[in-house]
Parts: sequence; structure tokens; C-alpha cells
Amino acid sequence: MKIHEYQAKEILRKFGVTTPNGIACFSVDEAVSAAQKLGGKVWVVKAQIHAGGRGKGGGVKVAKSMDEVRSFASAILGMQLVTHQTGPEGQKVRRLLIEEGADIKKEYYVAALTDRTTQKVAIMASSEGGMNIEEVAHNTPEKIIKVFVDPLVGVTDAQALELAQGIGVPAGSQAQAVDTFKKLYNCYMETDASLAEINPLILEGNGNIKALDAKFNFDSNSLYRHEDIVAFRDLDEEDAAEIEASKYDLAYISLDGNIGCLVNGAGLAMATMDTIKLYGAEPANFLDVGGGATTEKVTEAFKIMLKNSKVKGILVNIFGGIMRCDTIATGVVAAAKEVHLAVPLVVRMKGTNEDMGKKILADSGLPIIAADTMAEAAEKIVAAVK
Amino acid sequence: MSILINKDTKVITQGITGKTGQFHTEKCQEYANGRNCFVAGVNPKKPGEKIFDIPIFASVKEAKAQTGATVSVIYVPPPGAAAAIWEACEADLDLAICITEGIPVRDMLVVRNKMRAKEAAGGKKTLLLGPNCPGVITPDEIKIGIMPGHIHRKGRIGVVSRSGTLTYEAVAQLTELGLGQSSAVGLGGDPINGLKHIDFMKMFNDDPDTDAVIMIGEIGGPDEADAAQWCKGNMKKPVVGFVAGVTAPAGKRMGHAGALISGGADTANAKLEIMEACGFHVTRNPSEMGRILKSLL
Repeated sequence: MKIHEYQAKEILRKFGVTTPNGIACFSVDEAVSAAQKLGGKVWVVKAQIHAGGRGKGGGVKVAKSMDEVRSFASAILGMQLVTHQTGPEGQKVRRLLIEEGADIKKEYYVAALTDRTTQKVAIMASSEGGMNIEEVAHNTPEKIIKVFVDPLVGVTDAQALELAQGIGVPAGSQAQAVDTFKKLYNCYMETDASLAEINPLILEGNGNIKALDAKFNFDSNSLYRHEDIVAFRDLDEEDAAEIEASKYDLAYISLDGNIGCLVNGAGLAMATMDTIKLYGAEPANFLDVGGGATTEKVTEAFKIMLKNSKVKGILVNIFGGIMRCDTIATGVVAAAKEVHLAVPLVVRMKGTNEDMGKKILADSGLPIIAADTMAEAAEKIVAAVK
Repeated sequence: MSILINKDTKVITQGITGKTGQFHTEKCQEYANGRNCFVAGVNPKKPGEKIFDIPIFASVKEAKAQTGATVSVIYVPPPGAAAAIWEACEADLDLAICITEGIPVRDMLVVRNKMRAKEAAGGKKTLLLGPNCPGVITPDEIKIGIMPGHIHRKGRIGVVSRSGTLTYEAVAQLTELGLGQSSAVGLGGDPINGLKHIDFMKMFNDDPDTDAVIMIGEIGGPDEADAAQWCKGNMKKPVVGFVAGVTAPAGKRMGHAGALISGGADTANAKLEIMEACGFHVTRNPSEMGRILKSLL
């Protein structure tokens, strides 16, 4: 689960990390009064969307007067902000963060994430703050310093100092940097984050260290124990079909192709998508109905797939293990009837009660195309939509 | 022979009294030598009771002491699953198989580091399979986990995959072609887990009753590449490789918590290329895994 920058900073402040003062706003008037409340002479008007690259897309502006705050806020609020992470259609800006200006002397990067290979928490830092870290890792990997933290021990002073010195924090500010790294780690662990990134982490003219921008992702397996973080969820930032699917415990992801797929199991679902591509078309979605699919679940899955107007055909691929093919077949027939299915449907069923399942489909009177293998199913659906 | 388990393995079921635990314990008991293999269940609130004639003990330690079991299978719900893994480890079992899906990653991080600290201090090493996995089966001998037993057939091909249904897909293709399996294992879709592809390639390489292997991976993480690199200099048996997720977009979690592209090296294409360079017989068509393997024998 992702959250907004202003929410990420709220969490960081709770764990003692210093950030600029700022106020989240939902209207232009709120933005102006926020700037007045903050005081000072310089304010930053920042679009709040979940995607990165907001500055380059024109979603971050520095205002030097109240008039500028008003004009930037009116320009940004409601705009379709396009960044390298939003796709060409962009994301509508519905929230702003108005922040006091900062005296930036130097920008750094720091992030905590789980390292699969060492099974430790990696803390990564770089002298190249404010940049896309993937580019830094690719072009100048020597500028990224990593330490691996044992969760039974926590970040040691030596590790935090290694990071601070490694990225060139001046001696007088190293103690503050060390403190920030430790707090970031605590925050990462206690909130069950899967990524906690401060980019840039800045050194101010007076030697202070501050988090100027922040990004968090959270482990969805852990959300049950974090009501406060769940409250940060912004449904406007999520795909409507994915939200609908999650209500029925279906793992669904929207894609760009025209063949809807309904599969049981994440691995088989990806393999099915890949096979569709192999036969010359693109999948419209990833959809794992899981192990306990019922007629209701299958019906909802069909409705969600068909809401996508790009869908020109559907491929159902079921490996019946614990879930029996006859149960799924009954669900597919009921769903196809209920939604008055008007696009070609290919069904491939394998495993437990396969013959019963095939008979139910054949006897349904519906124009369902049967297939024996995943490849045959993909070939048939691709041919049917062309 | 086989890997990890055989008809003489004695198994403790943790979470045997829950709905999932009961359902699958009955199926495992019915499979091959299951009635002799599944010897104990654990529930601290119900010691002395029985379920499907299997005695329930208060702890894994006690179940082990009373029955001599060396392996446990875990169906405990996510909030308590990591603690259940640790209990199996503290009882010095040989192997814990965790089926549970949805365990918080932090809990897995902590328990994996505790397991390592215990080994580093000279304690017994308990292997972990999973979590979020279908388990492991040695056909006609024993099935530990949630896979459908009837699609398997005894034979000489090893199968290892992360996901459940994709393992079944490979197994069914082999069985239809008349090729049986020595053992088939799903190692799970989570980012922090126990045994990895490389561990199973070593086991299948050492198993005199395995002639060839199907290794299936998916997007996310370095495990398939690590296994391929090891195989390059060491694997004596032919390997067919497939990686799911060529069409998966970067940065999206594809069902499995660990199935997420986070860099350039963990895409399906990158993994397929490494596997190919390391001598695997790679296919991009998952319906062809069995046929290609048969052509190598």
C-alpha cells in the first residue's frame, strides 16, 4: 500500500525525523491560508499524488508571494499530472502540500528496504540526492553505500556512521545524520513498511539535516495490525477495478491488452498471460481467483473483467486441485448467463473432476470454446478476437 | 529415494484443528502411506484429544518426544505462523513446511534471523520450506501439503517451482507423457522464505533416483539466477526452465508477495536469459515443459 508525501512526513515526524513544516490542502483557499499560517517568505506548492517524478511534470513550484501561492495552487490542483510513473494519461491532483521553503546546501538519498538475499534490512544511502536512484545505481554504483541490518540487533552506531561518512556528510552534521538513519530504521520496522525512502535528505545552510521528500510503501500482509496506516489509504489514487476486485478477495491487476484472463494461482495466471502474448495478443488483466473460488466469486470476476471496454475475449484457465473443475464450470456458466456474455470465451480445465466440468460447459448451450492445453486455449482466444 | 521426505517420514501438523489444517490433514492421511506418516497434531488448548485418530499434543517439543516425528507442516493463520515456525525450530525438527499465506514480512525476517543465530551458536539447523507454498510430495509414498495427490505418478523427474498451480501444471504434463516424478516441490511465493531453487537443484543433483529436473521461476528476486549459476558448473542432469511473468508490469505485486519486479535483473526475460546461458533448456511456452523434458531423456 502506498501513501502520500505529506502522510509519509507525518509518520517520520512521529518517529522524530525532522521535516519542513507543512500543511495538506484540498482547495486553493486552504493553500493560501496554509501559507499565511506557515509564515516566512518562500513556500513550496507540491502536488500530492502517489507517483514519483512530480517536479519534472510541473507538480512542484516555489512561490515567493501569496499571489504566487494562489496562482500555483490553482494551476496544480485539478491538473492531470503526467510523470514517468503515471502513464501518458496522468493522474488528477486532488491534494496539495504547502510547505515552508528550505535552505538547501546539499541533497542526499537514504532508504530502508528488505533485502531478499541476505534476509536483512538494507539501508541504502547516496551523495546523489534528489535524483532517480535507479539511474544512480546504474551509472555510478560506487556512489551508493549499503549496510545490512540484523533485525535482532538494529542499526549499530558504526553502521549509521559508515553511511553518514560514506555519503560525505560534514563532520559537524554527522551526529544528526546518524540519528536520522536510526530513526528511519525504527520507523521502517515499527510500521511494517516495505520501503521507506527520504529523497532528498538535505543539509541546510545552518548544518541541520532534514527530510525534504519522503515515500513509503507498506507490506499488505501486515496492514491488519496498523489501523492508523490503513486510514491513510487514498482510493482516488488506486485503480477502480483493483479496488472492486479486492472486495471479493480477488487478486486483480489492470493491463493494456484486450484478452481478459481468469486463472487460479498467481504463477499459473502469469504463465497464462505470457502464453497469450506468445500467440500474438496482449492480456487485459492479471486475475487470480485463488483456491476457494465460488460461483459468486467467478461471477464478480467476470463483471470486473468486462467493465474494461478494451476486453474483446476471455480466457479461463483452471487447474483443479482442491478446487474442483465442476464447481468452476458451474460458476463460469452462471456468470456468463448473468452478465449476458457477448465476447468469445475459451475455457481450459485440468485436474480434479475435469470431465464433469467439461460436460457442464458443453451442456450449457453457451458458445464456450473448449481447449485442452494452455497453449491451445491461448491460440483459440487470439484467433477468436482477430 | 527422493528429496526431503519419503514413506518413513513422521509428520507433526501444527494448526491441525483449524478448518484448513483439518481439510488437508485428512487428504494427506488418505494419500499413499499417509496414515502411518501423520502421527501428531499440536494445539496448546487441546492436548490429549484426537482428530482423525491423530493424537494432539500441547507443543511441538512434546509431540516430537512422544512420536519421534522429525518434520512439521504448518497451517497456523498468518498472525501466529512465524511463531509456529520458531517453535518447530526450537524443538530441533529436521524440516518445517509452512503452507500459510499472508505472513507479515517483518515476522519472517525476525524468525529467519533467529534461526540463523541459533545455527551460528551451534544449535541444530532446521530447514524451512515456504511459507506461502503448496508443500512437497514424493509420489506413491507421502504428500505433505495442499497439492492434489492424484495428478502425480511415481518416477524419476524432479519438479521445483515457486507457485502451486504452476507446479501442478508441470506435474500433469509429465504424468500425461508417462513420466513420473521423484519429488515435486513448491517453495512458495513470499520474498523472505527458507529453501530456495538452488537448494533443490543440489538435492535433485544428489538424488540417485532423479534423472532430470523442471525448474520453474517467476518475476522478483535473484533466486532463479543464483540456482542457474550454481547449475552451470555442478548440475549433472538436464534441466528444463520456465519463468512466469514476461508480461508482468514493473512495480506491481502479481498475486504473490514476492512476485514484483523491482529492478532490471529480476524480470522474467532477464532470468530466462541467465538460465539459458547456464545450460538450461529454456522454454517461453509453459505448455511445452513436459514435452521438452521428454525429448532430453
